Amino acid sequence: MTLEELEQVAKNVRQENEKYDFEVNVCMDLACNSQGAGVLHSALVKAAEASGKKVLIRKTGCMGPCSSGPLVRVDPAKALYHRVKEENAAAIVKSLGEAPVAQLQCDLNEHFDKQVRVVLENAGHIDPEKIDDYIARDGYKALLTALLEMTPYGVIHRITESGLRGRGGGGYPTGLKWSTVAKASGDAKYVVCNGDEGDPGAFMDRSVMEGDPHRVIEGMAIAAYAVGASKGFIYVRAEYPVAVARLTTALREARRRGLLGSNLGGTTFNFDIEIRLGAGAFVCGEETALIASIEGRRGTPKPRPPYPAVSGLWGKPTLINNVETYANIAPIIRNGGKWFFNMGSERSKGTKVFALTGRITHTGLIEVPLGIKLWEIIDVIGGGIPGGHKFKAVQTGGPSGGCLPAEMLGIGVSYDALMAAGSIMGSGGMIVMDDTSCMVNVARFFVEFCMTESCGKCIPCRAGTAQMYTLLTRICNGTGTMEDLNLLERLCGTVKEASLCGLGQTAPNPVLSTLKYFRNEYIDHIVHKKCTAGVCAMQAPVEVMA
Amino acid sequence: MTTFAPPALPSDDKRWKIVNGTMRKNGFSRAALIETLHTVQSSFGFLDDEAIRFVAQSLRVPLSQAYGVVTFYHYFSLKPPGKHTVTICAGTACYIKGSDKLIADAEEGLGIKTGQTTKNGQTSLMTARCVGACSRAPVVLFDGEVAGEVNREQMLAQLERWTVE
Repeated sequence: MTLEELEQVAKNVRQENEKYDFEVNVCMDLACNSQGAGVLHSALVKAAEASGKKVLIRKTGCMGPCSSGPLVRVDPAKALYHRVKEENAAAIVKSLGEAPVAQLQCDLNEHFDKQVRVVLENAGHIDPEKIDDYIARDGYKALLTALLEMTPYGVIHRITESGLRGRGGGGYPTGLKWSTVAKASGDAKYVVCNGDEGDPGAFMDRSVMEGDPHRVIEGMAIAAYAVGASKGFIYVRAEYPVAVARLTTALREARRRGLLGSNLGGTTFNFDIEIRLGAGAFVCGEETALIASIEGRRGTPKPRPPYPAVSGLWGKPTLINNVETYANIAPIIRNGGKWFFNMGSERSKGTKVFALTGRITHTGLIEVPLGIKLWEIIDVIGGGIPGGHKFKAVQTGGPSGGCLPAEMLGIGVSYDALMAAGSIMGSGGMIVMDDTSCMVNVARFFVEFCMTESCGKCIPCRAGTAQMYTLLTRICNGTGTMEDLNLLERLCGTVKEASLCGLGQTAPNPVLSTLKYFRNEYIDHIVHKKCTAGVCAMQAPVEVMA
Repeated sequence: MTTFAPPALPSDDKRWKIVNGTMRKNGFSRAALIETLHTVQSSFGFLDDEAIRFVAQSLRVPLSQAYGVVTFYHYFSLKPPGKHTVTICAGTACYIKGSDKLIADAEEGLGIKTGQTTKNGQTSLMTARCVGACSRAPVVLFDGEVAGEVNREQMLAQLERWTVE
């Protein structure tokens, strides 16, 4: 397919859509679906047919504020409806061309005003199972532009210029990674997309893969052209069956349109992608473990170097990026590196998608420019803490991250600021906790996670996390001593320093950050045998002071 | 050199043909081990010795390695599931909203531990690391159907219905 042909397809789709007077987009993402979006969609179709109006009813990906689901967006009125029930379908169809249905209108202006949508620009606007919807919104334009008008070096230069850093959590400069793989010598190279979203409490990558799968495919194809690869793999968690189905459809459609396969854009560039299923192992998010898993083996990490960029899948140079990193590529190619560079903070460019969950009013998927203050996310976008409770901590980075208290809410969200505060950016989980959460118990929760997810290859991680868990359990049930606390802190240092891969190296972070900001809660458990939040059941009786 | 002949299908159960199809599609490559095990589990519901042996032989992977892979990944199960499965999400967002209590309630209600199936084979109790529906925490999957903001009573009522259905 050439650029002209692509333009023609886009034009045809737009013309086709102009036949309709109204568009009704129904969010079919997991959260809305579990609240009845399926029956709502059928009811809307029925109501539209009965009304005789020309209405295009579309099933879309995540629109954002899941706590207000099921969500429906009506265009051209630009009305967003929340908590829509099956029985509201007739009223919505009736209102088309008239005033919007007032009692259903979602008035989350503040929630949306602070957000900037780059990765999620199509989510809620396209049917993820229709490639034409994606093409009509400039889809695959970046790929063909890169193939026909840019050199691989030029592509890498643009990505480097944008300042994009890896969105999986590490924050390694993407342009630098690409140029390392491009420079590596080898007859075969691979491009891998890490969709093993193992961080419990995060669903950004799921939403992107389900809501806009072609964006990931396009990003991977551009990457493959830039580094000289002809084969790609998307590694997806088996727990995401919808994402697997959507990606499978998207790959088939892209092949049918000649956007994957041989001689793309009439050039000599060939590229195709296969899906590989994960099987429930958090450690497989680590790149060397992920490679082992794609090769059909146990997902145990290997020491680096050699880095996958030099010796990865089957010993060949391999580029591994996260879903969200690839999702940023097409807009950067389309709009230029400088456009992206101008968003965000000094050393963290662009936007970041977060899954905002926990004890917060508006849970859901958000995309914010980096550098935004934490309090803006929690108080403004998230709408604060519900039920008259008090904010206690926000957790970022999952089991590798940390818990930040109220006094840290003034920091800007960037790779460096979060790390300096004792947490990490991570892949984008952001879990808010209020006074009903016990921070010692939270630390124990994460350590238990790392303990069961440790692959067992290296001793500091395998035995260290188990010992940390024992100590934390003692502290939680009131039988811990100050000596235990001391030992726990020393053990954190050992596990952090001596573990082989990122899982072990970061496993102590939730403990260290809670010790740093909520040490008094540990002391309460040990000395006063008291859990202020009322979460931990104390076994030992309170000692009587003599 | 003799050419490798894959072993015969263990029985004329049609599901083995589906399993064989996955391996054939991947050219009987060793890298297809996990893909094939996924097909076995989705076809049979679990992995038994016969299936692991068959897949290992077909892909020329040492049996120890195949067994190692099966036991390494949480997703694979060596035991047949009950007629119904309740899966409680134990991800962070669900934990913050009290999934640990739901798990304890389900264990008490069913009289089994997580990972087990009731004696009559009706209901299996599982936990998940995260199903990605965090904004609706706590989340419980009833036979794979996502239910959000689940409370103790709702969950126990469904489990009660399953004891007879």
